[in-house]
Amino acid sequence: MRALVVDDSRAMRTILKKILMEVGFDVAEAGNGIEGLARLKEVDNIEVALVDWNMPEMDGLEFVKAVRADHTYADMKVMMVSAENDMTKVARALMVGADEYAMKPVTKEIILEKLDLMGMQVPQ
Amino acid sequence: MSTIAPADFTYLKDLVQREAAIVLEAGKEYLATSRLEPVARTEGLDGIAGLVRALRTDSTGKLRNKVIDAMTTNETLWFRDSHPFETLRQELLPGLMEAKKVTRTLDIWCGASSTGQEPYSIAMMLKDVPQLDSWRIRMVATDISLTALDRARAGKYSQMEIGRGLPAKYLVRYFQRVGPDYQISNELKSMVDYRQLNLAATWPPIGEFDLIFIRNVLIYFKQDVKTQIINKAERLLRPHGYMFLGSTESLLSTPNNLERRQLGKTTCYTPKKG
Repeated sequence: MRALVVDDSRAMRTILKKILMEVGFDVAEAGNGIEGLARLKEVDNIEVALVDWNMPEMDGLEFVKAVRADHTYADMKVMMVSAENDMTKVARALMVGADEYAMKPVTKEIILEKLDLMGMQVPQ
Repeated sequence: MSTIAPADFTYLKDLVQREAAIVLEAGKEYLATSRLEPVARTEGLDGIAGLVRALRTDSTGKLRNKVIDAMTTNETLWFRDSHPFETLRQELLPGLMEAKKVTRTLDIWCGASSTGQEPYSIAMMLKDVPQLDSWRIRMVATDISLTALDRARAGKYSQMEIGRGLPAKYLVRYFQRVGPDYQISNELKSMVDYRQLNLAATWPPIGEFDLIFIRNVLIYFKQDVKTQIINKAERLLRPHGYMFLGSTESLLSTPNNLERRQLGKTTCYTPKKG
């Protein structure tokens, strides 16, 4: 199983990477949306992307839009992991194609439960 | 966390056993301490020792109720285990709706509803079935804890609570942000009738049901109490109905009149025919 973590905070990437690796994912990282799109081209078969909202260069919402416009990634699940906790933001993320939304701060349980909601088989 | 004197632990163990039939085994001192130290603090008492002293002279029963509340309110999340809800919607509801097509009613009981996440999850799932729009759905949700019931009725949850298993599509559809919290809609609140019920004591009349959820609570009871609860619950289950337990709970050692059905990852129980 392969995952991509897109977040401009190195600390946040480390936390999410650790959670995902503990349940068996190989994890690629990117510091913004543009780097995220580049990783997707470099690494095959990424099943899920965890994406922050506010990032330099290209934010998470633009990343999700770009991913959903490319049928190559039609099967990839996308979870926004963001400090944005306004309901209109959550609704907007879903509208552009995010499958799930987790509000920071997150715990391992929250991330695993969201992966389960997206139909991913991970040990809880 | 402070330690707990053996005599105080024995007193608390006997209290929760007597009042709620919950087994607090030796080695669970940490559980009593972690749950009850906040109660002692809120009441201005001197730790667990002070709490037990106050309990011994508690003539109103109010402090005792707070202790039972603290010992019985457990972690709960939305759509816990997720698969029972999917199985119910996709595999069991069509047959159940066929069986009830004349009365167009569904009666549902959540026997350990805690702070409301389970009954509200069921309500959200049922709202996804347009054919049920014109049906009368009666959902009774019970718990031993008055504090949990009050929170369930209020339907207000913290960000951390709504993060636990609630699909984002339902958050957007059924919640409003109120300050730092998230308020569930009146539409969902009006679907659930919350009442206090101690599973281990005498049950008030609550009716008969097509679906019964007694999930993640039987594990706290001794075998004889568990058997009594299941035997009482199965009498409330209609012939075409289904009962759901927690995913780690089973009736293997519990005499019962139920037939086990395995549907994918989901185990449920239905009354034995004939």
